[in-house]
Amino acid sequence: MTYADFSIILPEFSILVFAMVALLVGVWTGKDARATLILWLSVAVLVLAAASLAFGGGPARTAFQGMFVDDAFARFGKVMALLSAAAVLAMSADYLVRRGLMRFEYPILVLLAVVGMMMMISAGDLMALYMGLELQSLALYVMAAMRRDSVKSTEAGLKYYVLGALSSGILLYGASLVYGFAGTTSFAGILGVAQEGHLSLGLLFGLVFLITGMAFKISAVPFHMWAPDVYEGSPTPVTAFFATAPKVAAMMLFARLVYDAFGGVVSDWSQIVALLAVTSMFLGAVAAIGQTNIKRLMAYSSIAHMGYALIGLASGGVQGVQSMLLYMAIYVTMNVGTFAFILSMERDGSPVTDIASLNLYARRAPLKALAVLVLMFSLAGVPPMLGFFAKFAVLAAAVNAGMDWLAVLGVIASVIGAFYYLRIVYYMYFGTEGDALDTRMPAPQWLLLMGTALVMVLGIANLFGLEAPALAAAQALVQ
Amino acid sequence: MENLLSIITFLPLVAALVLALFLRGDDPAAARNARWVALLATGATFLVSLFLLGGFDPSNTGFQFVEDRTWILGLNYKLGVDGISVLFVMLTTFLMPLTIAACWSVESRVKEYMIAMLVLESLMIGVFVALDLVLFYLFFEAGLIPMFLIIGIWGGKERIYAAFKFFLYTFLGSVLMLVAMIAMWFDAGTTDIVQLLGHEFASDNFSLLGIQVVGGMQTLLFLAFFASFAVKMPMWPVHTWLPDAHVQAPTAGSVVLASVLLKMGGYGFLRFSLPMFPVGSEVMTPLMLWLSAIAIVYTSLVALAQTDMKKLIAYSSVAHMGFVTMGIFAANQQGVDGAIFQMISHGFIAGALFLCVGVIYDRMHTREIAAYGGIVNRMPVYALVFMFFTMANVGLPGTSGFVGEFLTLVGIFQVNTWVAVVATSGVILSASYALWLYRRVVLGDLIKESLKSITDMSGREKAIFAPLVVMTLLLGLYPSLVTDFIGPSVTALLTEYHASLPASVAVLAVH
Repeated sequence: MTYADFSIILPEFSILVFAMVALLVGVWTGKDARATLILWLSVAVLVLAAASLAFGGGPARTAFQGMFVDDAFARFGKVMALLSAAAVLAMSADYLVRRGLMRFEYPILVLLAVVGMMMMISAGDLMALYMGLELQSLALYVMAAMRRDSVKSTEAGLKYYVLGALSSGILLYGASLVYGFAGTTSFAGILGVAQEGHLSLGLLFGLVFLITGMAFKISAVPFHMWAPDVYEGSPTPVTAFFATAPKVAAMMLFARLVYDAFGGVVSDWSQIVALLAVTSMFLGAVAAIGQTNIKRLMAYSSIAHMGYALIGLASGGVQGVQSMLLYMAIYVTMNVGTFAFILSMERDGSPVTDIASLNLYARRAPLKALAVLVLMFSLAGVPPMLGFFAKFAVLAAAVNAGMDWLAVLGVIASVIGAFYYLRIVYYMYFGTEGDALDTRMPAPQWLLLMGTALVMVLGIANLFGLEAPALAAAQALVQ
Repeated sequence: MENLLSIITFLPLVAALVLALFLRGDDPAAARNARWVALLATGATFLVSLFLLGGFDPSNTGFQFVEDRTWILGLNYKLGVDGISVLFVMLTTFLMPLTIAACWSVESRVKEYMIAMLVLESLMIGVFVALDLVLFYLFFEAGLIPMFLIIGIWGGKERIYAAFKFFLYTFLGSVLMLVAMIAMWFDAGTTDIVQLLGHEFASDNFSLLGIQVVGGMQTLLFLAFFASFAVKMPMWPVHTWLPDAHVQAPTAGSVVLASVLLKMGGYGFLRFSLPMFPVGSEVMTPLMLWLSAIAIVYTSLVALAQTDMKKLIAYSSVAHMGFVTMGIFAANQQGVDGAIFQMISHGFIAGALFLCVGVIYDRMHTREIAAYGGIVNRMPVYALVFMFFTMANVGLPGTSGFVGEFLTLVGIFQVNTWVAVVATSGVILSASYALWLYRRVVLGDLIKESLKSITDMSGREKAIFAPLVVMTLLLGLYPSLVTDFIGPSVTALLTEYHASLPASVAVLAVH
């Protein structure tokens, strides 16, 4: 490892070192005494790392003979993943303490998962891809089963692990096929071999298997079955984490893989991605209608949202990738806000996840209800909220790429999906009197809820200047 | 003033924010303050909009008071009005103070109600002044949110069903328009409506899934916009959300819905469909005309059978909107002038009729026609006002209702005599249901015990109706007030429209 390599992976390395030190401190002081401190320090470390990446700039660089890529695309994705992880950590502190779940391993696992994600986003080689993916996944499996005495949580962890292992197997099989037929594991090398008209059957098979593995990680239909159960069973802070940072990382890796390694055969994979997009949007929209548990509902919601992000990817080109990046940025913001609210849903001190429990919440907590209303309409993609512009960007990319049918299907699914977001608004505003939810909400959750809702409204002025970095990132990827 | 349109558009929104952020408490005093803030804000908006009317030059057929700034994703924040849109802005700002005054007696969650109304006003004005496709869409769609809440929170017994139906129905129509807008954006390279008006979209026939599409891309774009505007209008057969929404909405909600929200569909046809897709419009004209004619006759017959007053007036609205679409697609000066006139006049008349229902609903808490009868004995002033607007609704000469119906019928007669014949029978039907309603509710002996103590209109209610009566009469007696404003713009639109039709399609249309 040369000094140049080292300086490129400095953010990842720092987080890793911090995680190790925190682990030592945690074990040394014993019994979670320092858990809260470690959590807040982790938040600080994540935010610092995000800031250093966001303001670092500089030209694209690679480390370890091209295995690790640091370009505008990677930085954009890492900032999203780091900030959303920090937000989720910050808003889960109070919940964990009150449920007796505050273990010092939790923030450390989050940090390790984040390092895995950063590795994924920067992967320039199938080996690096797999390493990052597994580092992330192993941390996530443990987190899903964090509440050891709950059957559901254990089941969620086990289910996630078994299905995750299966998908990793498929991914590895695809990787080995690609290696066999391309003769190299580096993306740049594969790109040289896989060119339009010269795609061998073996490479095509490998590509399909790789995409299958990716689709599992972003829970795109038909590889979504794990998501609702895992979302429901896991402790809510973990669910919030699942819905945000890992989704970003996996989507970025997906884009990285299809462009850096298979950018020469766009037409071969864009149909597959379009199919994943359509099925995800429709299943996510239809299956969520019957849900009464808000965590399950959010699982289907995130499936549908991944479908929309995939529209951007399927459209191809700089505009497609840019729209996908904007979509993911707006998506994680909305989800952070929504989960900040879900974390605060409790009655007599114990958590509730039933949607019906929101009955007439607006009467008791008008401001918070208004914020949730904004988030729900934003998730549904109703203007003037930012969620509309997210959808608008991907639809525009699809139409511009000549995939009008994809755009039409997308908007139809969005109408179906609007129903269940409206249902939440309906319970909050028009419901009937019932057992009331507590209106207590700790400061970090309140800030994140209000902040994200405000972002959804104010963002329409100029998208907070996100367009230019997203464009730069897309250009870095597509070239 | 450079930012006049922005000021008019966002003044109510600012007032809503002030209410939301600075008004605390749930007591009657807070409710009173909320009402006054809302009334003053809407009143101020109306006064400011008078500058717009004063500064507007009717002989200029281009856009005036234009504001143009770059926005996100390659879009523009562009506002402006021309002869077609300026009167809709005035209609909105004129009606909103009256609407606020009409919901003075709302008791529950007054502050939220006023906020919703103010936000809605901003969005409605925005629809009429937006000169960017996506900005237009944003205002057009965002109006669903406050209306959804107004129906859902303050509505009647079946309000949940009505609110969901209203939202999902209109949302489905609109999203297809969004896709069409994006397609237009990439075809023309801009979302600026002014430039799009000058852009010619492809109209070569092509086959899609084995079906020959006459008029090509223009027809497809027309159909996508039609999906949205037909639902909003509403045209038969996609009108079914309207009676539900009207019946369940609170009085003020019904007034806004009938007076302004329905006009967005007609405005959209005039702003987008006709000038931007002339070939598509021409191809679809026979369908549009017959849908309008069916709407006029069918919904009038349905109105005859209603037992609920609001539902009856809702169906009558659909019938009157049939005249509007008929006039628009007659595509001649009388037809389009008449359509715009009819929309403005219907804004006053239908709004007033819903207010009339609101007056007795506030007293008796029922809208069943059978629950009334002979109230002229206790409410002479009300009987007079109600009669005036019933007559206006029927289209009695001297009221604004007559001018709109007459002009559209003159327009359509030159284009398609059969449609004109069918539509004219709707005039007779509208007289039947409106007069019959009046007889059952107002005339006769006062025999029902419950009505014995009913009181006549209060000063506040009279004050609300007075401007509406004045406007209805004024426009009825002196229609040039409106036609002078819209005339030049309409002429320009139609000249452009007929000039851009290729000869073959024009021949097709004549036969």
